[in-house]
Amino acid sequence: MHDETWDVVVVGGGHAGCEAAAAAARCGARTLLLTHRVDTVGEMSCNPAIGGVGKGHLVREIDALDGIMGRAADAAGIHFKLLNRSKGPAVRGPRAQADRKLYRDAVQSLLRATPNLTVRSDAVENLLLGEGNAVLGVETAPGRRVAAGAVVITTGTFLRGEIHIGDKRTPAGRAGEAPALGLAAALQRLGLPLSRMKTGTPPRLDGRTIDWAALEAQPGDAPPEPLSFLTARIGNRQVACAITATTPATHAIIRENLHRSAAYGGGIEGRGPRYCPSVEDKVVRFAERERHQVFLEPEGLDDNTVYPNGISTSLPEEVQARLVASIPGLERACITRPGYAIEYDHVDPRCLDPTLEVRAAPGLFLAGQINGTTGYEEAAAQGIMAGLNAARRAGAAAPDRVLGRADAYIGVLLDDLTLQGVTEPYRMLTARSEFRLALRADNAVSRLGTRGVAWGCVGAERATAQGAHLDELRILRRKAEQSGASPAQYVAHGVPTNQDGRWRSVFEMLGLASTPAGAVQGMFPWLAEARPRVMSELAAEALYAPYLARQAENLRILRAEEQLAVPASLDFSAVPGLSLEMRQRLDAAKPSSLGAASRVTGITPAAVAALAVHLR
Amino acid sequence: MNDTIFALASGAGRAAVAVVRLSGAGTGDAVRRLAGSLPAPRMAVARRLRHPDTGETLDRALVLWFPGPRSYTGEDCAELHLHGGPAVIAGVAEALVAAGARPAEAGEFTRRAFTHGKMDLTAAEGIADLIAAETAAQRRQALRQAEGGMAALYGGWTGRLTGLLARQEASIEFETEDLPPDLDAAVGRGAAALRAEMEAHLADGGRGERLREGLVAAILGAPNAGKSSLLNALVGRDAAIVSARAGTTRDVVEARLDLGGVPVTLADTAGLREASDEIEAEGVRRALLRAASADLRLLVFAADRAPDADTLALVAPGALVVMNKTDLGSAPAEIGGVTPIPVSVRTGDGLAALRDRLTAAAADLARPETATPLTRSRHRAALREALACLAELDAAGLPELRAECLRAATAALGRITGQVGVEAVLDAVFGEFCIGK
Repeated sequence: MHDETWDVVVVGGGHAGCEAAAAAARCGARTLLLTHRVDTVGEMSCNPAIGGVGKGHLVREIDALDGIMGRAADAAGIHFKLLNRSKGPAVRGPRAQADRKLYRDAVQSLLRATPNLTVRSDAVENLLLGEGNAVLGVETAPGRRVAAGAVVITTGTFLRGEIHIGDKRTPAGRAGEAPALGLAAALQRLGLPLSRMKTGTPPRLDGRTIDWAALEAQPGDAPPEPLSFLTARIGNRQVACAITATTPATHAIIRENLHRSAAYGGGIEGRGPRYCPSVEDKVVRFAERERHQVFLEPEGLDDNTVYPNGISTSLPEEVQARLVASIPGLERACITRPGYAIEYDHVDPRCLDPTLEVRAAPGLFLAGQINGTTGYEEAAAQGIMAGLNAARRAGAAAPDRVLGRADAYIGVLLDDLTLQGVTEPYRMLTARSEFRLALRADNAVSRLGTRGVAWGCVGAERATAQGAHLDELRILRRKAEQSGASPAQYVAHGVPTNQDGRWRSVFEMLGLASTPAGAVQGMFPWLAEARPRVMSELAAEALYAPYLARQAENLRILRAEEQLAVPASLDFSAVPGLSLEMRQRLDAAKPSSLGAASRVTGITPAAVAALAVHLR
Repeated sequence: MNDTIFALASGAGRAAVAVVRLSGAGTGDAVRRLAGSLPAPRMAVARRLRHPDTGETLDRALVLWFPGPRSYTGEDCAELHLHGGPAVIAGVAEALVAAGARPAEAGEFTRRAFTHGKMDLTAAEGIADLIAAETAAQRRQALRQAEGGMAALYGGWTGRLTGLLARQEASIEFETEDLPPDLDAAVGRGAAALRAEMEAHLADGGRGERLREGLVAAILGAPNAGKSSLLNALVGRDAAIVSARAGTTRDVVEARLDLGGVPVTLADTAGLREASDEIEAEGVRRALLRAASADLRLLVFAADRAPDADTLALVAPGALVVMNKTDLGSAPAEIGGVTPIPVSVRTGDGLAALRDRLTAAAADLARPETATPLTRSRHRAALREALACLAELDAAGLPELRAECLRAATAALGRITGQVGVEAVLDAVFGEFCIGK
């Protein structure tokens, strides 16, 4: 009947697929990753950068669960920057620009080093279905039937992908690679709600033809801050980026040729992300602006390709050339590959459980851009959760592996996707979290480390290192709360303090912006002995302590409402007092708890009250 | 689907016209079964109403058909204007039940309108007040609120707050973008302007709430100064027991009064004196307590004796001092520096003047000065909280902490007008700034 049998089969070798396969394998599931081409596993299709504000938070969370993204970015990073350095620790986002080839190599070698994991080149054409649409495996292009306890699909933009350059259309998953058509049809047969989205990428330039001397250089941080908890230091040579901007001449070229842009000529029906608009979009929507920034980001150490961040476009190639030449420093720049817009199918993620399992097809998981997100980090975050839950489903019965909104940005991401759905490619922003001060890049290990160990996805090396960090932090915090001094003593050591005679703990003093860290360390030498990352996490906790205490009430309400489960079998039409519109919204979102129901977009307080009454 | 409800929309009892209102998916069907066919939408048409089972004619009525969503509740609605009489109303009600409708529960029409987004929370509260309004001024205020004056004011603030939050969030999320350099300062200025407006709105001395809830006027004075008689005279009925014996009123007796549109609760209290027993002592204690919490104090003296020290101690500038029993003696020119209002409850002399003075005092306290006064303490509490959050903005320093202040303020206002979602904030961000590489 079957040609081979696996615990988990992952379809797709992008950022979601790699994390899903690696996570499932780390949990002990015998895992097979199937992809069109083994050599492009871990490819960065767009911007050669990982992290940022919100995205860097996701990377740290993936890393705390022993994912591969942070380690690969550190191994490949050639330009690091901690964004929002001048702001508080909650919104600082680590970011790395990677050497594209080194990144791919790092991902592939991390996958090779993962026990229980096999990577193979094969196109998946169909799903093997059992009773009640239970997914039993996949069928590959040569007609092989591969049985699996769970299947994770991470096909990114490959589902009926189509590239647009001007009025030229080419079916493709990304530049030079075939789309996945059979799988799209299989998902459609399952009755999954599919719709179109679009995204774009700028032309790539030959760095040797850029006039770097004429441009403002942007060096990275020194020393660079790694993305992974396990990385002690960054080994690669670091390079600078440069910054330039579009000109009125650029805008004139774009305006004259707007009708030839795929996105504006009516060739594209899908919706694009507001966060990375095409340069056409910027010129139309912000007509009054005379310049838009362009960051020139080298794609590798021994690669001359440069990514001009800020001019994503689907204008014809000939117009792209003129557009580029109108930008200072790029007058003689050669385009090595034109920019394009890509349109692809995505699935309405409201058909998924918070574990990313398709409700209508048990055993089938979807992760990444297929769920309507944008960005490597968002894809990887879904991948790791889908992999963890696929392994759970394929193995012995165990509770769902879910993170909540108060636990992690991963939780925010999954809750938003599965509850609200998407109207445009979804990107993580810290603004999306109501617990922003608690969900920090610096404390991902404290938030998730223990859970990762319990789920069995954290290797021994990391478990030991993270455990030591948690112990050290706990001890340091207790000491900082129990030790302290009088205002007179603080002032005597050069720490400004309100002269009210009140004893203050070290922890309290660390939370004040007016406290010079060095002076307090002078008073309490054990503070100076703490490891820098333990110390900085303690300082962040102290800084936000009054606000975190206030959030505790919101957290309590959230937890209480999450406790009140909405049974999957609940017929919303049987709930008295719900209007047709409210029923439709709830039916689409299928909230799993009263808390989730209250977050569904457009749900009125009256509807939540009606539901609460019915549930109680 | 929601079931179909009906209710008598006009007052009960005999009247020229009685209006029965229907709402729900089965409304059209019910009207068809009683009136034969549906009239054109929003056109008044005369129809013979028949019982759907017996065919018996019930009334000749005006029938109006309001297909949803352009209706009061947002559902299909209809109105039947009947000849007002209990038998007709009862007959039509029975026929409607036979046609599949059911009598509405209290507030059900408004609740459905709220559920369908036909009105926000403040408007729904306004409707509830409108129905409960006792006086004309109360009704006018409730009407203004129901029409969304409040929603417009608070909604406007929420919109501005959302805009401020969007700028603050933009400065956090998009550091590397070309944002205006002075975002933090602009947010600070916007918040300060908002605070000033909210403070002015809160500083109305509680007029709107007083008008909605009514004023309390305490009548205070020595035993047997005629406080209970005065209350009865002002109310126009015997609300309090009156006797010549001092200390008859042992607890607080209350009666409602409409003074120029402001509802006033007159509270008669036990006479202020050394109590002769424990019960009376408790009465005196309550009288003083009531006096302390009252909006207005009527201090009653009797012209046939010298002013007592206990009541005299309560006289302050602006107090309403009443000199009763002017038929038995003459009123002095002033008591404790205040010119008394001479009254004889027994003859009725001076009562009209006293009523005018009371009306003026009530209007002073409760007539709103602005078009959209605060009407509920719930609103006041939410506004106060929003203000407190905004007040912390400058001290918060770090952008993410400033954002916390703005988020908390938005959430507090949202308890009045409905919550602002992240998407609304992001819409504002991407609408204002060119974000994205």
